[in-house]
Amino acid sequence: MDCVDYQGSDLKMEFNVNHPILFILVGIIIATVLAQSFYFLIRAYRRALAKGMEKSLLKKTIISSAVFTIAPAISILVGVISLSKSLGVAVPWLRLSVIGSLSYEMIAANNAMNGFGETLNGEITDPSVFVTVLWVMTIGILLGLVLTPVLTKKIQGGMIKLEKSDAKWREIFNNAMFLGMISAFLGFVFCDFANLFKGDTSALIAPLVMATSAIIMAVLGILAVKTKKRWLSDYALPVSMVAGMAMAIPYTAWLA
Amino acid sequence: MDKNVNKKELSYLDSVHRDGKIWGFTLLAIIFLFPLIVCLIFNAVPNWSALGKGLLATVPMYWAVGLIEVITYVPMLGAGGTYLSFVTGNISNLKLPVALDSMEKAGVKSNSEEGEIISTISIATSSIVTTIIVILGVILIVPLTPILSSPVLDPAFAQMLPALFGGLGVVFVSKNWKLAIAPIVLMLILFIAIPALNAGTVGIMVPVGVVFTVIVARIMYKKGIL
Repeated sequence: MDCVDYQGSDLKMEFNVNHPILFILVGIIIATVLAQSFYFLIRAYRRALAKGMEKSLLKKTIISSAVFTIAPAISILVGVISLSKSLGVAVPWLRLSVIGSLSYEMIAANNAMNGFGETLNGEITDPSVFVTVLWVMTIGILLGLVLTPVLTKKIQGGMIKLEKSDAKWREIFNNAMFLGMISAFLGFVFCDFANLFKGDTSALIAPLVMATSAIIMAVLGILAVKTKKRWLSDYALPVSMVAGMAMAIPYTAWLA
Repeated sequence: MDKNVNKKELSYLDSVHRDGKIWGFTLLAIIFLFPLIVCLIFNAVPNWSALGKGLLATVPMYWAVGLIEVITYVPMLGAGGTYLSFVTGNISNLKLPVALDSMEKAGVKSNSEEGEIISTISIATSSIVTTIIVILGVILIVPLTPILSSPVLDPAFAQMLPALFGGLGVVFVSKNWKLAIAPIVLMLILFIAIPALNAGTVGIMVPVGVVFTVIVARIMYKKGIL
């Protein structure tokens, strides 16, 4: 009965980007995603023990992965806050905890708003605009989710065949993939570099941050070997990343 | 004995694929249901013309990137890592670096079962920690907003990627410096010369970098340089 009444236009739920029902729905999805992570974590952990891998190694992997994640996770949170100004808190919470990244969601949401001849600016009050943005974000990112269950096994099968045919090449192939990804991001660090010739010194901030982080990483790595203190290298990456981010503050004040 | 081990390894991997598919399709369904339920609850219909325009501007690029991303990232992330990463997102800026760092420190190869296990543990932990931090942040959003969106901290968050890849780069480039030269030079030229390449488009350049480096590696390997 309720349902019938509810469909009536006078009883429809008042729309608000921060409506509690949105938080409940998003909470359910995020709980499911969290369950998936725990499920795979436990499976892999048990398999590792069954294979005779050392507990201390697994523990160290968990702790260092958790420590490493803190700074990027806070930066994701900053993304939630910046998107929340127009979309409320619930939807950015979902979009940035599940699948998306800030740059993608910003572009998708802006593309949807452009469809209305507007830009993402100020809180959305029209439910029709809100659901339009939601559909563009959801459909835009859907392909990866559809393809992963379909293609992952096939692609891995191909890799296993490659492994059997030439193990050495397979290792080089793997390193080449990682280096290819890293080189794209190293290039990205210099993406504003051409502006330097126009006198814009802020183009130097990103390269300086990268160099700072790289030097700290190298120093920690060398220290870890010289002093035989393994824990130094365990936390070298999060430490150098956070130090680089912290140094971005004075660099920016200086150069921007 | 060897045969036995191989059989066991395959069965773990097979079970990861089976479970990954079940989780993947379930999550796909609920993620797709979300906008549908929101429409029903608020009795709202999308504006079809705006939806069409928005999708036209978003889908061609993001679906192309999505396809290439699956093909590129699966070999690097491993099976368990892939099923988790494509649901939780932030792959190139968090999941892949964390898995790489863990495998490097554990001294395991991404193509071994140990690598598969370490990568899965690492990515699962990272997903859980991210989710929990974001949940805490959402609960505490009112007191946190002025701090996290303060102009003082802004440059630090804006420079996360250079800080991350500076550290990660030094490890991988120093270990494979001969192979690293060509892709780094290419990417520097491309990113400096083409203004359209920036934070929004770096994701597209990852597969370009990967394919290019694999080709260079193949040539160098054939010539006996590697």
